[in-house]
Amino acid sequence: MATIKIPPVLRPSVGGEKEVQAGGGTVGDVLRALAEQHPSTESQLFSGDGQLNRYVNVYLNDEDVRVLDGLDTSVGDADTLVILPAMAGG
Amino acid sequence: MAEADLRNRPCGGRYGDIVQAIGNTPLVELKRLSPKPGVRIWAKLESHNPTGSIKDRVARALIEDAEARGTIGPGQIVLEPTSGNTGISLAMICRRKGYPLKVVMPDNVTRERTQLLQMYGAEIVYSPGDQGSNGAVAMALEMAERDSRYVMPYQYGNQANPNAHYTGTAPEILEELDEIAAFVAGLGTGGTLMGNGRRLKEELGDAIKIVAAEPMQGEPVQGLRSLDDGFIPPIIDLSLLDRKIFVTNRDAIIWTRRLLDEEGIFAGVSSGAIASIAVRIASELDEGNVVFIVCDDGWKYLSSGIYTRPVDEIENLDATVWW
Repeated sequence: MATIKIPPVLRPSVGGEKEVQAGGGTVGDVLRALAEQHPSTESQLFSGDGQLNRYVNVYLNDEDVRVLDGLDTSVGDADTLVILPAMAGG
Repeated sequence: MAEADLRNRPCGGRYGDIVQAIGNTPLVELKRLSPKPGVRIWAKLESHNPTGSIKDRVARALIEDAEARGTIGPGQIVLEPTSGNTGISLAMICRRKGYPLKVVMPDNVTRERTQLLQMYGAEIVYSPGDQGSNGAVAMALEMAERDSRYVMPYQYGNQANPNAHYTGTAPEILEELDEIAAFVAGLGTGGTLMGNGRRLKEELGDAIKIVAAEPMQGEPVQGLRSLDDGFIPPIIDLSLLDRKIFVTNRDAIIWTRRLLDEEGIFAGVSSGAIASIAVRIASELDEGNVVFIVCDDGWKYLSSGIYTRPVDEIENLDATVWW
């Protein structure tokens, strides 16, 4: 099972937890497993077409999955997914 | 030897005023941080710009773009959201050109940013620190909507921002290096990566990897009501990036100290973050040149103690917008 780090803005939807465990071989599988455990995360994480919501960044350990294979990015049990809101710098 | 050096590397140019002296920054090899022979790491010292940051290039481009379009006129006020550096650069340039400037900035940045803005004559409006730069952008957009006197160059959505790098920073790098395996820069507005990335890929093809280092904002700065309050600068095109990696505040500060201690480079926190990723990328290569951007100098971070105190004793480590 991979570890998912939950940002403050999403914690109310997962019972206040900072970390959640979920199984799956890809980022998409793991996030969908999270949504099954905590249904109110689904509309926050995914858009209607099943893609990642525009303002959600998901990192495999510390790399943005959108610049890897997106939701098809492979995930191992030792990996951590980090969900972060899109924050600008500058 | 000194005389020969002066003949080969004369004064960095003669310019009509300080605004014209923006750019033409040095590329410095960091031999001590290189993880292996054959892989050379180069720091482009954008800290050598007049106000001490890469944003001088962007601010000049934004103002010149506004002038070319005729959008700045008498009775108008330039308004811009910023985490600090763009505001400081704009303040210097606007003062020289006689344009009033108001910046919107998070209230949890280091105090030197406020001092520098005041020194250069900008008016400051503070946005809630717990919303980071997202809050500054939202506030500035609202202000511009309400009052037609405001002219917002909008670095997050203005192509003049990446164009400053396409036409300036990137050609300077290409002038010095024939081969570049990776270019690493910070992802804030996206301008540096988009402008340099586009130009470097055009000239060197897919042999060059464009790598983004981005800040992992501390939890106190993630004060969004929902994920829909997130913000992605419109100028960012992720397809230009080969890697996008976050760096925690703690790691960024540790590496900022390493730049100082091991290479004598006195830089700001984003530069430490970028250096950490540049060295990581370098360690994955067998050979080649890795170029990374040193975005700003360290003067505006002195009050934070990051150069003199252990990182675990830094106050407000997670509650500060460092870059």
